[in-house]
Amino acid sequence: MLALVAALALALTATACGDDDSDSGSSSDSGGGDSAKLIKDDPANAKKKTIVVGSKNFDEQYILGEIYAQALEAAGFKVEKKLNLGSEQIAYKALKSGQVDMYPEYTGTSLTSFFDVKTDDVPKEPDAAYELAKKDYAKEGIVAMPRTSFENTFRIATTKAKQKELLDGKTTVSEVAKLPNASKLSIAGFPECEQRSDCLQGLKNTYDWTPKFVSDEGKYQPIDKDRSDLGFVFSTDGELTLGKYAIIDDDKNLFPPYNISLGVRDSTYKELGKEGQDVILKVQKPLNEKAMQELNSRVSLDKQEPEKVAAAYLKESGFTK
Amino acid sequence: MSTTIALLGDFGDAVQFIFQERESVGGGVQVGGPEELWGFAKTHLLVSLAAMLIASAISVPIGLYLGHKGKGEFLAISVSNVGRAVPAVVLVFFLVAYLGNGFLNITVVLVALAIPPILTNTYVGTAQVDRDIVDAARGMGMKSSQIVRQVRLPLAMPTIFAGIRTSAVSVLATATIGPYADVKTLGWPILTPQTYGFSGQLGAALLVALITLLADAGIGYLQHVVTPKGIKLAGEQGPTRRRLALPTRRREAAT
Amino acid sequence: MSPTDAVGLFAQLQTRDRTGEANCVSEDGFCPDWIADNWQRYQDPFVEHVVLTLVSVAAGFLIAFVLALIAHRRQWLIGPITAFTGALYTIPSVAFFFLLQPFTGLGKTTAIVALTCYTLLIIFRNVTTGLQAVPAEAKDAARGMGLTENQLLARVELPLAAPEILAGLRIATTTTVGLAALAFLAGAGGLGAELDQQPYFKSNVVVAGGLCVLLAAVLDVMILAVQRFTTPWQRASAS
Repeated sequence: MLALVAALALALTATACGDDDSDSGSSSDSGGGDSAKLIKDDPANAKKKTIVVGSKNFDEQYILGEIYAQALEAAGFKVEKKLNLGSEQIAYKALKSGQVDMYPEYTGTSLTSFFDVKTDDVPKEPDAAYELAKKDYAKEGIVAMPRTSFENTFRIATTKAKQKELLDGKTTVSEVAKLPNASKLSIAGFPECEQRSDCLQGLKNTYDWTPKFVSDEGKYQPIDKDRSDLGFVFSTDGELTLGKYAIIDDDKNLFPPYNISLGVRDSTYKELGKEGQDVILKVQKPLNEKAMQELNSRVSLDKQEPEKVAAAYLKESGFTK
Repeated sequence: MSTTIALLGDFGDAVQFIFQERESVGGGVQVGGPEELWGFAKTHLLVSLAAMLIASAISVPIGLYLGHKGKGEFLAISVSNVGRAVPAVVLVFFLVAYLGNGFLNITVVLVALAIPPILTNTYVGTAQVDRDIVDAARGMGMKSSQIVRQVRLPLAMPTIFAGIRTSAVSVLATATIGPYADVKTLGWPILTPQTYGFSGQLGAALLVALITLLADAGIGYLQHVVTPKGIKLAGEQGPTRRRLALPTRRREAAT
Repeated sequence: MSPTDAVGLFAQLQTRDRTGEANCVSEDGFCPDWIADNWQRYQDPFVEHVVLTLVSVAAGFLIAFVLALIAHRRQWLIGPITAFTGALYTIPSVAFFFLLQPFTGLGKTTAIVALTCYTLLIIFRNVTTGLQAVPAEAKDAARGMGLTENQLLARVELPLAAPEILAGLRIATTTTVGLAALAFLAGAGGLGAELDQQPYFKSNVVVAGGLCVLLAAVLDVMILAVQRFTTPWQRASAS
């Protein structure tokens, strides 16, 4: 009750402050108390060159690509979407060659896949990883925009039933690696995972554990349908909200940080201008792990289209009407 | 222009990929080289051969029967045709739910892909055998099964083999989707560019193309061998049909 | 600050607690309700798929037909052209969509180039075979009547070869519908892109795959109708 009164008082106070046409172009907004949350359509942006927004080939990437694209559209930019480019190698090539002007990449992935940093050498601290990636990107003429707060890292998952049955209830990778049946366990992952140092190879190197690898396009289907015992999953997966799955903790911190940083070509970054850059920062601000899981759930569980999910996100968060 | 030069370089790189191991794009693993690729090739050939044998075993008898009876043209041709439109990738994922990953899954998909050309061609080749010849055989007292075996089949051989050729090429080319069901055919380097890089993709693709060309030529040779001398001498493609100057009744023969 | 802005203050993403949730859609089943609600999402990909198919087959037919006509006059060309188009045909489609990218980039162009290449062999072979199978007597009779070579081609050879040519067109078309399902690998959209988005969701697989088959069936029947219509003397019937 008291909380309600306090909230009401706060709202009334806030209403009394500021003025109607505050187009402050806020750069360091803190969510609340920001009247410029709504993206303003600036007709000057329509005269600029069309911005091509790309993305990689899985749900979260489609959602992020759509969010950035729709946000820029709301700001009046002409936007073309080239989502579902493919794996990161293809996306990066497209970005460097100018086929796309921007796409969201994970800091850890860029360091290990583009800039020849060995998985073990990637800074474990998100900001340090981001700064390193930013420097390396800059050499290629690409601006790595500030990172998101959420990260989407690899997790090892299994069903709660299998955890009891096969893993003896163990909850960390170190413990699982020491189990007597450790090498007989099978783990499912996307094809490239088998040879990636930040995926299956990492298990070998960091935990001295070599489970059987099952190449599978699905993430949770193999675990559910008994095609494998465990699976490499993503920390922001919608399925994790179902409460069916148990996460085995990466206690030795094998996986590097994977925060999102929108990689933008130099020329496009200038085209965006302060306004455009702020729009990007604004819309990615509320994206924490819970928010991403919700958005991912809408695509992977509710089977909604990423385009609609992004539109709903922008609307519900007050960025568009 | 620069892309062309780059491609020549990539081409050389791809050939090198076939003959020499190297480190993967992401680092940490050795990929490529004759040993690894031979392993992929073996799986590739195995699954393709299995599919072709099964598909032939199914299609040829059915095609012979229907072609001899003259019934079921719609089944043999139209349904067949439409069957080609089912994307193999769709089937793979669809079957995963029922057959799981693995060899069986891919084999079933490739069999489904291989049947249409063989079935259509067997049907057409059988049905198109000259009426006169069949009548003559009947007149000599041959039973249906004898007619099929001793008259229709030999005369239809070239057309049937043409169908087998087409199937084989499709099957070998499509076996590259094996990785979608966890079967490591030569499609593995193509579908995992993060590890194998562009030259790896190109190298594997070249190998598939090479194998396919060899298979095509090989079956073409077999086709030549099994064509009854009489037809070869007549010099025409497929069974002869000569009827005055009137247009001949020709049904579609698949390539 | 206006009242709307005040509301914006507290606007945030609605999250839902999904613990223990299990329904037809989240279980990847075949869900008619979902299909009824979501069929619009297949409209654009379907149109893309149709365009990819038609453009590729048309382009392929044009090229292959011209090549076949040229080879008809210079028979020695048949071998080399067959070999070349055959070689193109052996390039696995999965690879082709990737391999073209350095040249034609991502998008519809790459897909159409690849798909067109696959139709060349089939159509070339069928046109050539069709023309070769025209009975010598028919040609002699026509020449005897005083037709020039070109008139011979247009009025006698091509009509007689029509069934074989159209048969090749049917095969090329249905095969292309199937191959176009992989065009998404080249960033060209199509029904394959929808499949790729939710490959294990049965409803999606059935609708997207089903639309492919439907498209092929319709095109197949259409070409068959053209065949029956343009060659009335060939009312094909079982023997």
